[in-house]
Amino acid sequence: MNPFGTLLLRDLKLAARSGGGAALALSFFALVATLVPLGVGADLKLLARVAGGILWVAAVLSALLSLDRLFQGDFEDGSLEVIALSPLALEMTALAKIMAHWLSTGLPLTLLSPVLALLFNLDVAPTVTLFLSLLIGTPAVSAVGAIGASLTLSLKRGGLILPLIILPLLAPAVIFGAGAVRLVLDGMGSGSALGLLAAFSFGAVLLSPFAAAASVRLNLGG
Amino acid sequence: MNFDMSPYGAFIWPAYSISALALGIATLWTVAAWRRAKARLATLESGQGT
Amino acid sequence: MQFLFRYANPHNFMRLSGAVLPFTAIGAALALIAGLYLSFSVPPDYQQGRTVTIFFIHVPAATMAMGTYIAIALCSLLSLVWRHPLSDTAARAAAPLGAMFTALGLITGALWGKPMWGTYWVWDARLTSFLLLLFIYFGYMALWSAIEDEAKAARAAAILALVGAVNIPIIKYSVDWWNTLHQGSTVTAFKMAAVYYPPFFTMLLAYSLLFATLWMIRIRTAIVERRARNLMQGAAA
Repeated sequence: MNPFGTLLLRDLKLAARSGGGAALALSFFALVATLVPLGVGADLKLLARVAGGILWVAAVLSALLSLDRLFQGDFEDGSLEVIALSPLALEMTALAKIMAHWLSTGLPLTLLSPVLALLFNLDVAPTVTLFLSLLIGTPAVSAVGAIGASLTLSLKRGGLILPLIILPLLAPAVIFGAGAVRLVLDGMGSGSALGLLAAFSFGAVLLSPFAAAASVRLNLGG
Repeated sequence: MNFDMSPYGAFIWPAYSISALALGIATLWTVAAWRRAKARLATLESGQGT
Repeated sequence: MQFLFRYANPHNFMRLSGAVLPFTAIGAALALIAGLYLSFSVPPDYQQGRTVTIFFIHVPAATMAMGTYIAIALCSLLSLVWRHPLSDTAARAAAPLGAMFTALGLITGALWGKPMWGTYWVWDARLTSFLLLLFIYFGYMALWSAIEDEAKAARAAAILALVGAVNIPIIKYSVDWWNTLHQGSTVTAFKMAAVYYPPFFTMLLAYSLLFATLWMIRIRTAIVERRARNLMQGAAA
């Protein structure tokens, strides 16, 4: 098997072993979605109106939970240096880690979202849009998150500073993702929003491995 | 010059005061930090000279 | 690039900035006095009355907030690509000033909005992007102070600044797009009449010169502090 696939599989296995991987993020996601109606009241109309935005924000926050460990575990036990010495370019390593993170958090969150949309009284059409927007947009969360994770990988309390660094940068994903759902609720097409989201996501996945690799390098050197 | 801001004085004056305060404090702070750093370097250098 | 690097070594920078500083400082003070005089001498706007006065401090603050980020991004580029030795110090020294200008832009914007829009805060595209910019400044400053090894902190902060520089136009675009989603918000754009140009541009000049002065002093402070630290270490060793 090629080194990229090997690394991807290894990271997926590690994610599954440590803390249940997706289970933690999914529980957090569902919990936030449960607390919101308790906070804003059980008005079904209101809940349907805010569902897209709330579930998008909740999904981003859930994906953040496991992000600070993206490079940190490998950095602390020295395996990151071994990986860096392997023929696989560090950029590809970062990409493999982004994919592993998405497969173990972003994708499960997307799959769970229709169930939570049900709790928010969301109709079928906006639910489909929410599902699609999360499917398209969550890779950007993992990608931009990987930059933050690599910048803070040497910090013991990196988990605290990571959200501050990446959440402002993820505003476009939330805007386009939740915006798509709102457009459908208002009886308009969501194509423009999903297209913009796809462009953002594509750009993020394409460019962030370079930034992440550069900051992994600076942490390994010296 | 005309300082009659009615009926918006309650917004214009705070905007100017807050800006003046922030810029003033930033200036004082910056100059104080510079003087402190310079004084520290001076004592260190004179200490080394002896 | 070589001509730029001539002033890159700290010694040359100290000499050059020492010579320039009195002029920018006095210039800032004079422009500020003139700008304030002009600001309070113009007639009220036919639409918004005297609230137009707030614009003379609001728009310069907002301009400096963006300009400072551009300066930080350029310094970061110089540092990452050409290993320009002073630019990390310069980038770090600029950040708190940029955050201050962003905050001032937000506060004065809110104080203008209350009489004009009826509320202090409207989720207007420009205010919203500036709020995000403020958080980007906070994250940048937090990363600098979180990493102890100064060389590593400098490189990490430079990477973050460049990622931010790529992302800020996208954020701005997305916020503009988002703003068109909710109908009913008819925030009229204000086009400045020609009578307001003199106070506005004088205040802009004052803010720029003040920024230049404070920035240089902050870089000088950082250089002197580093020298003192090196002396301490030399004495200890």
